[in-house]
Amino acid sequence: MSIIQIIFLLLSVMAVGSALMMITSKNPVNSVLWLIVVFFAISGHYILLNAQFLAIVNIIVYAGAIMVLFLFVVMLMNLNAETEPVKNRRLQLIGVTSGGALMLIIVSAINKIDVEQLVQINAGDSGLIKVLGMNLFKNYVLPFEISSVLFLSAMIGAVVIGKKEEIDIKK
Amino acid sequence: MDIKAYIILSLVLFTIGIIGVLVRRNAIIIFMCVELMLNAVNLLLVAFSKMHALSSAAKASATFASDAQIFVFFIMVVAAAEVSVGLAIIVMMYRNVHTVDVNFLNRLKN
Amino acid sequence: MNNIFKLVWLIPILPLLGFLINGLGRKMLSKTVSGFVGSAVVFASFVLSVLVFLQVKSGNTSTLHFFDFIHLKSLNIAFDFKIDHLSSLFLLIITGVGFLIHVYSTSYMHDEDGKDFAKYFAYLNLFVFSMLLLVMGGNYLVMFIGWEGVGLCSYLLIGYWYKNVDYTNAAKKAFIMNRIGDLGFLLALFWLISKIGTIEYDQVFTAASLAKLSTFDMTGITLLMFVGATGKSAQIPLFTWLPDAMAGPTPVSALIHAATMVTAGIYMIARSNALFSLAPITLNVIAIIGIATTLLAASIAIKQNDIKKILAYSTVSQLGLMFVALGTGNYVAAVFHVITHAFFKALMFLGSGSVIHAMGGEQDIRKMGGLHKHMKITSFTFLIGCLAISGIPGFSGFFSKDEILMGVFAHNKMLYSFLIILPLLTAFYMFRLYIITFTGTFRGTHDQEHHLHESPSAMTLPLIILAILSIVGGFIGVPEVLGGNHWLASYLSPVVKSASHHLEHSTEYLLMGITTVLVLISITFAWVKFKNYKVSGESKGLGKILENKWYVDELYQMTIVNPLKSISAFFNNIIEIKLIDGAVNGVGKLVTYSSRQLRWLQSGQVGAYVLLMVIGMLILFFIQLFL
Repeated sequence: MSIIQIIFLLLSVMAVGSALMMITSKNPVNSVLWLIVVFFAISGHYILLNAQFLAIVNIIVYAGAIMVLFLFVVMLMNLNAETEPVKNRRLQLIGVTSGGALMLIIVSAINKIDVEQLVQINAGDSGLIKVLGMNLFKNYVLPFEISSVLFLSAMIGAVVIGKKEEIDIKK
Repeated sequence: MDIKAYIILSLVLFTIGIIGVLVRRNAIIIFMCVELMLNAVNLLLVAFSKMHALSSAAKASATFASDAQIFVFFIMVVAAAEVSVGLAIIVMMYRNVHTVDVNFLNRLKN
Repeated sequence: MNNIFKLVWLIPILPLLGFLINGLGRKMLSKTVSGFVGSAVVFASFVLSVLVFLQVKSGNTSTLHFFDFIHLKSLNIAFDFKIDHLSSLFLLIITGVGFLIHVYSTSYMHDEDGKDFAKYFAYLNLFVFSMLLLVMGGNYLVMFIGWEGVGLCSYLLIGYWYKNVDYTNAAKKAFIMNRIGDLGFLLALFWLISKIGTIEYDQVFTAASLAKLSTFDMTGITLLMFVGATGKSAQIPLFTWLPDAMAGPTPVSALIHAATMVTAGIYMIARSNALFSLAPITLNVIAIIGIATTLLAASIAIKQNDIKKILAYSTVSQLGLMFVALGTGNYVAAVFHVITHAFFKALMFLGSGSVIHAMGGEQDIRKMGGLHKHMKITSFTFLIGCLAISGIPGFSGFFSKDEILMGVFAHNKMLYSFLIILPLLTAFYMFRLYIITFTGTFRGTHDQEHHLHESPSAMTLPLIILAILSIVGGFIGVPEVLGGNHWLASYLSPVVKSASHHLEHSTEYLLMGITTVLVLISITFAWVKFKNYKVSGESKGLGKILENKWYVDELYQMTIVNPLKSISAFFNNIIEIKLIDGAVNGVGKLVTYSSRQLRWLQSGQVGAYVLLMVIGMLILFFIQLFL
């Protein structure tokens, strides 16, 4: 077992385990923290794949901005284990079985097809900032600009929705 | 590394996301599961891009292998926008019904 | 030279214009204006028709193409008019007689409201338009459009007094019976298209086209066409609508149900003579149906008491006679009789209208009598009509009827021996009508007697003109044996090829003599029998059967209408309620039940929907991968 494989396995176990912890922990704050661990593991994978730019962006945007936002909301609402609504046991069981069955089916489907492609590990410059930047600002400059409009509208939308209004939607 | 390992890893993460959506009732957790699913797909896209970096077509074009990563970048952009709006909705919902239990939101029934 | 042909399109368009003016402006136009417009457009058409006729007479015929009507890959039907010897002749009759009847109507219908009056003229103009389309069409489709159009106008005009349920029923009867015939005609057209690929006269009647038809096709097509003709021209088995059609105003009966529309079937067969001549079976069927109709209708006419009914049955009988002529291949004689019949039958219908007008709406001849004293012109013209239809030598009916009889004699002696009864019956019922109505003493009420008067000149003038035509109309076809040269036959010879028949001159003289003597005997008999006519009680035996029209209506009621009704009742009660309603209600119940069962799926909870979506994906993957 090479060092690469060991690192891959470690990161994978870390990602899957944290994801499981995320969905099973009662306290939303814990969930958020576990999800951040998952994102870090995924960033580790990105570094392993020599996609440094994405690894950094993932940590900054996801683990940094987005998850902090989540944490913020959770804490704002003062949610904890006690307030966590309990779901119907039977429905939970059905959810887990169907989700697991879906996974099994897709895994078996992938085993059926013969992919013997290798992945370039820890080499190549396609994930470096220079190449990505050239590509982004040459070929994808229009989507890039349009995404700024998307951000603007998302911002306006968030403000409009979050504005305190006396709309009574209670029954 | 074999691409299969990455596919299966992504798949496992994605399925965990689905199961999370199915079994949890907390809107925030469900939302986080959705983020997890997006990240699983992101990982797969990067893995595929590195797989294509080995192909002959990649040698002809400098940007061939990095297209998928650009897509990951855009997915992050969209995810960030989505989170800002989605969290605003959740906050509003909490403000109105004082819970984040999605089962309270069964107004689609009527 | 052919300039007049450039104006041919005006002939049908003018009545259409009249229809539009009268129809759209019926609430604004005064009676005088709508009557004038209605008559003037027909008169203009008549003038044009005369000009066209003169052109055709000097040898110019033409097919005028207007536009492509139906254009498919292998089928091209144009909208065109064919102006030739046959159609120009019919144009003259339609517009000429039509104009006289329009003039007559302005006076006859004067008691109607302004609105209804204009409506009447609108319908009448529409009828003339359709009829012109029928005869001018350069292919069967244009003919069919006119054919349907006259059927519609006939329906509208029979049911003109639509507030009377009996009249509207008569209109419906006429329409439905016509439709049955139309279906036959339509099928014939489809057959023709599928075999030859064209229904253009110029192309159908070529040797090449006719060669494409087997004997079976030929017989089938002509028989179906004849079915159409029986509907329009009131032959067995579709003749019962014509007597009922007398519900319409009398000028309508004169124009539509005597002079023009009912001769459409004869026109159609004469036009298609090239086809019919090649189908001897059909010709025999036509002859047999014609002779059966003519005798049946004539026998019924003997015992009728309604003045218009008598004329209606007389019309059916005369039409039957024309079909006998067609059936013996004697197309020219049939067309000849159409012309003369148009004159004298229109004359008699208008005369009867004049009588009805004077009697204040009374149509029963038992309540008339002695009218000669009060209305001399009507009486004289009516007498001329009777003489003409009976076939007294010198009058128009003599020549045409005689020609038909000659043809039949040359064709088949057996047929002739049956047909020889017809002049007898015709003369008898016509003079019965005349004697009872116009001679003797008046049998109506005092009020009516006081009211009796001669009709105004707008009514008598057409009568006089038609009477003159009834006398001289026959001279267009004086046969060789009487020193004439039969102008009509030579005129029509480019279009209509009659089966030639040669009889010894002595035979012809003999046959003419026999019929004339028979007619004279019959008239004398009628005079003796009805000179001192008294209203008698119910008749017995054969008389009763005849009075009840051989129970044909009752027979139809029993064999066709009643079974149809019971089938409909069956469908209504069993199929409709049990099967259709059951199915419809069952669907409703099923939907209600299943939606009740499915309702729990719509929990409104997003989680449940996501779960269902995942299960759906599972199933799809499963099917895709393992099945």
